[in-house]
Amino acid sequence: MYKYDTYDQQLVDTRVEEFRDQVRRRLEGHITEDQFKPLRLMNGLYLQLHAYMLRVAVPYGTLNSAQMRMLGHIADKYDRGYGHFTTRQNIQYNWIKLEQAPDILADLASVEMHAIQTSGNCIRNTTSDQYAGAAADEVVDPRPYAELIRQWSTFHPEFSFLPRKFKMAVIASDTDRAAMRLHDIGIKIVRNDASDLGAAFYVGGGMGRTPMIAPCINPFVPLDRFITYAEACLRVYNRHGRRDNKYKARIKILVHELGKEEYTRQVEAEFAHLLTQGVEPPLAELERIKAQFTEPPFEVGISDEVDRSDPDFALWLETNCLAHRQPGYVAVTISLKPVGGIPGDASADQMRLMADLARDYSFDELRVTHAQNVVLPHVKKADLYALWQALDAAGLGTANLDRIGDIIACPGLDYCSLANARSIPVAQKISERLSPRSDEIGELKLKISGCINACGHHHAGHIGILGVDRKGVENYQLLLGGNEGADTSLGTITGPGFDEDGIVDAVDRATGVYLANKQGAERFLDTYRRIGMAPFKEAIYG
Amino acid sequence: MAEVQFRFRDDEPVADPGVTVDAFGAQSNAAAVRLEPGDDARDLLPHLGRLRLVEVNFPVFGDGRGYSAARILREAGYAGELRAVGDVLVDQLAYLRRCGFDAFAPEVPLDPVDAEAAFARYEQAYQPAADGLRPVWALRHG
Repeated sequence: MYKYDTYDQQLVDTRVEEFRDQVRRRLEGHITEDQFKPLRLMNGLYLQLHAYMLRVAVPYGTLNSAQMRMLGHIADKYDRGYGHFTTRQNIQYNWIKLEQAPDILADLASVEMHAIQTSGNCIRNTTSDQYAGAAADEVVDPRPYAELIRQWSTFHPEFSFLPRKFKMAVIASDTDRAAMRLHDIGIKIVRNDASDLGAAFYVGGGMGRTPMIAPCINPFVPLDRFITYAEACLRVYNRHGRRDNKYKARIKILVHELGKEEYTRQVEAEFAHLLTQGVEPPLAELERIKAQFTEPPFEVGISDEVDRSDPDFALWLETNCLAHRQPGYVAVTISLKPVGGIPGDASADQMRLMADLARDYSFDELRVTHAQNVVLPHVKKADLYALWQALDAAGLGTANLDRIGDIIACPGLDYCSLANARSIPVAQKISERLSPRSDEIGELKLKISGCINACGHHHAGHIGILGVDRKGVENYQLLLGGNEGADTSLGTITGPGFDEDGIVDAVDRATGVYLANKQGAERFLDTYRRIGMAPFKEAIYG
Repeated sequence: MAEVQFRFRDDEPVADPGVTVDAFGAQSNAAAVRLEPGDDARDLLPHLGRLRLVEVNFPVFGDGRGYSAARILREAGYAGELRAVGDVLVDQLAYLRRCGFDAFAPEVPLDPVDAEAAFARYEQAYQPAADGLRPVWALRHG
């Protein structure tokens, strides 16, 4: 894991003091709320329906146990004893007092964490593959590149007042587990025919009200110039992205309106210019960072066998564990989706337990996933049963990874000032109704957003649900056929929307159509792609 | 026109207000120009030799195009005064300075104590910009 040196620590500490000063000036009335808003946003502090919400950055989703323990401490000391893991691999606290926010940032800084640029019209926290360093199919660990981007983008003086927010993701395998092509810039680390590593740039993806899949604008940018290439992409966007309409201000609209070819031409011209300006860190810096992401000291020659005599454990093992590239190990996903629970929520006690388990069983490492779960990336198979028992006793042993109960949901109208409808109760009802058939239904990614901003990734759900406001009443639209990953697709709306109970029934019927039509080992998505929308529509509205 | 409140130059300030980019092209003797957010800073590059003042207007602080304009001018070798005018606030000062601005004429004068603190707060930066500060990676690798 990356470890701060004195420069990193000093920058984060300085930020805490700067924010403390900004809060003081706000509380003393020296600056208006309009002037304060972008400042607090760039420190992750939102004003929500009931209180301030603080979004803490978890760079590329990676945490150590001390950091996870601190997240639990913050939940207890400054919030109501819980936190909410988000689709951006971050964590949010929903009941924060403005006066205490600087102290929280100081506590975070004590474990090399921060809330820098988790909001605002700037480059946000960079996300990555939750199985980085463990997955068998990765070309290389993508996190050093994400860390280099973190440093480059932190307090970037030119790109702190962009037309709109800007999200980047870095992956390094063909299986895209980070929804890379649904980001403003998605980077895929690849190896070319000469066996050199480079960065493929996908620019202009995103969800929101105009979902778009990012096109590849350059399949191979050499690693000794990829920061410069990113700088060129951002400069073209900062200068020419639309600022007249916030709904058309994301880079996806610029790329779409200019066309991929023209946008790429402008980027390449800017890139050629910037190459003369010395903005690229030396490869020695990448090597310095890489040296901190070395493989943990795995035991070799250990058993690959697991005793599956406990059927509940065996089910969890089948469902929530991913094959590791190191024999004798697996990557474990801890589901934060208990049946009928609030997706992504964890109590302070659960956070402390996950921290202890990471220390004892996973070389001190945890990951937050964009599906709002937590991963222990390196667990010895021999330790799995003890680990599962500890998780299960704390309500963290649900065996439903990528199943219908593993729902992504935004905070919705229960918390969010942008929302049109509640997401959480819908997720809870669907989970309760359909979890009993979870194993029969198999892989099904269900994603719920409480408004068009799509924080719940509804466009990319095999089943997506979008909450809208229809004449003052919460109404839910149903989408089918979305997907993230290598074969990214956007969901299609089935037809007229439903009320809260109606949407649960509609999802139930859609899964019924799948079960009645599935052939062989088809997943819900495969069946939908084969038979199309018509049979689903007929069952839902017929 | 707002007064220059902070200036990090020793030369004599240009007294004339900046002309628009359109007018500047036609007025071959003008030494001062005013860039609006939609103007292309690169239109000025053929004329850098006679330019002594570029005012970059920020009608609203959230419109960040002026940051790119400033860096583009500095990257092209412009050494004259680069003045941020308009909705210039305390918490933008450090970013503006890094992008090459060396004079500030905020529409509403800033608290001088807060402004001094803002200019001085960050001693290091992760990335190079137009202020000559050596980035952290250069310090790490000598």
